[in-house]
Amino acid sequence: MDYLLTEEQQMLQELATQIAEERIKPVRAELDEEERFPTEIVQDLAQADLFGVIIPEAYGGLGLGCLENCLVLEALSQACVGVATTYAASFLGAYPILLFGSEAQKGQYLPELARGDKLAAFALTESQAGSDAGGIQTVAVKDGDAYVLNGTKQWITNAGEAETYTVIAITDRAKGARGASAFIVESSDPGLSFGKKEKKMGIRSSATREIIFQNCRIPANRRLGKEGQGFIIALKTLDYSRPGVGALAVGLAQGALEESVHFARQRHQFGTSIISFQAIQHMLADMATEIEAARALLYAVARYIDSQPKDFTKQSAMAKLFPTDVAMRVTTDAVQILAGHGYM
Amino acid sequence: MKIIVCIKQVPETQEIRLDPITHTLQREGVKSIINPFDLYALEEGLRVRERQGGSVTVLSMGPPQAVETLREALTYGADGAVLLSDRAFAGADTWATAYTLARGISKLGGADLILCGKQAIDGDTAQVGPELAAFLELPYVAWARKLTFVESEVLQMERLLDHGYDGIEVRLPALITVVKEINEPRVPSFKAKLRAKSQKIPVLGLQDLELDQNQVGLPGSFTQVVKVFPPPARGERELWEGAPNELAQRLWTRLQKLKIG
Repeated sequence: MDYLLTEEQQMLQELATQIAEERIKPVRAELDEEERFPTEIVQDLAQADLFGVIIPEAYGGLGLGCLENCLVLEALSQACVGVATTYAASFLGAYPILLFGSEAQKGQYLPELARGDKLAAFALTESQAGSDAGGIQTVAVKDGDAYVLNGTKQWITNAGEAETYTVIAITDRAKGARGASAFIVESSDPGLSFGKKEKKMGIRSSATREIIFQNCRIPANRRLGKEGQGFIIALKTLDYSRPGVGALAVGLAQGALEESVHFARQRHQFGTSIISFQAIQHMLADMATEIEAARALLYAVARYIDSQPKDFTKQSAMAKLFPTDVAMRVTTDAVQILAGHGYM
Repeated sequence: MKIIVCIKQVPETQEIRLDPITHTLQREGVKSIINPFDLYALEEGLRVRERQGGSVTVLSMGPPQAVETLREALTYGADGAVLLSDRAFAGADTWATAYTLARGISKLGGADLILCGKQAIDGDTAQVGPELAAFLELPYVAWARKLTFVESEVLQMERLLDHGYDGIEVRLPALITVVKEINEPRVPSFKAKLRAKSQKIPVLGLQDLELDQNQVGLPGSFTQVVKVFPPPARGERELWEGAPNELAQRLWTRLQKLKIG
């Protein structure tokens, strides 16, 4: 369907698709099988300026919005959701700096992230706190002109690969959710180490690891926003990044549909290709329709966010909920269409 | 350092269709791309620029639509592009093409380093690069797989051979043709794509190059392709799999049966 994209948006989509076809598709199976981080593809994305999509031009980025970010994510995810997750997670880590960083912080960190010289990661989740951000155990204690961090973050995408981490930690437990603050931690900071790398069912080329803070001492000027603002910073970051997850889902589902159509055309049973069977046609029609509905919702929400509304938490959540559920259904049907070939 | 990279627009397809009457390529409905070997030349030019400074200009001779191929080259980061195009250039063989390109390069004030792909995937002659060097009276090295600067104007090269390579040193200005082993071409950049969209690409014709129409195109060519045909389909083939001694035995039996052994 024609979503009336601008020439610039089409060029961006074209570029991301070129990278997906030429650089990601030939190696995706290998990356997944070997759980190998896609270092070379990260370099390609950097060379293509794609790490700068949402970073303002003043900081060396492209100064584009949520819709453009979604278009790139969808195109990459269509080839490999693992690689696309690595790319998306860097924006997740950059958003807190972009939205709440001081001029000095933005000037220091955003240009290197926009160039793709460094990757970012967002560290909120812990074993007892994820969606329940109020349950965070990691603490940051002010000590002179420094903060000292202690605790363990879990399931952090890009951990060990990124150089720039935005971390949510408790500065005043008595204040509950209002006692959390956000910090920029660099991979070279003393007292920071990485725990075990998770073995996952999917998105296996992306790195998911623990981050361990043991008396990790950082300068006080690495705090983002005010003390106690950490929870707000985390929620705003998630508001902006949820459509990106929706875009990953739309791309993944589209990729699965295309594989299904390709297979159904080639697979011959009972003397004819199975795509001529109505049972297969019904499934393909439902898959295609649901993907288009998910895409339409995603683009509408992304455009709404780009119009800078005051509050868009609900819409952003919808743009994640529906496409991800569609991706689950479509990929299940894809395995059905490929039958034994889809399982082996 | 002034670097010129010569590129050619070629049809993107492995299954070339030929016009049975004119014996020329059927280009209708076939997407055009930058000759893949020229992309390696362009990448090497960009890398030399990154190390030594200077500029990279892409140059092509072709029909007016070849301007799109040059525009695509700009998206990889070339600084400028020039197209040599004129009705009079049509039908040129490698001699006339190289002659026209040589005049184009002279009009652009020459270059310190000229890079070409080792050959084009449509004509496959591998002649234009060396001929161009001859017209420009420049030293040339064909089939470079590695290129290193030992001084600001001295290049050391590895020339790919069937078994190994030659080590060659050449002083600039020079012309080098490259093989695909030389590098891994980069992807286009979005900022360069934006710039390329509106960048002006000068088109130089017969008069701009001060050429006589008998020196270019079909009249200026010494050779003419009189017939192009697809190779006849190969005969029946069998693919055997198995352990080496088993296969050797089988092959021996078959050869005896065919009275070859």
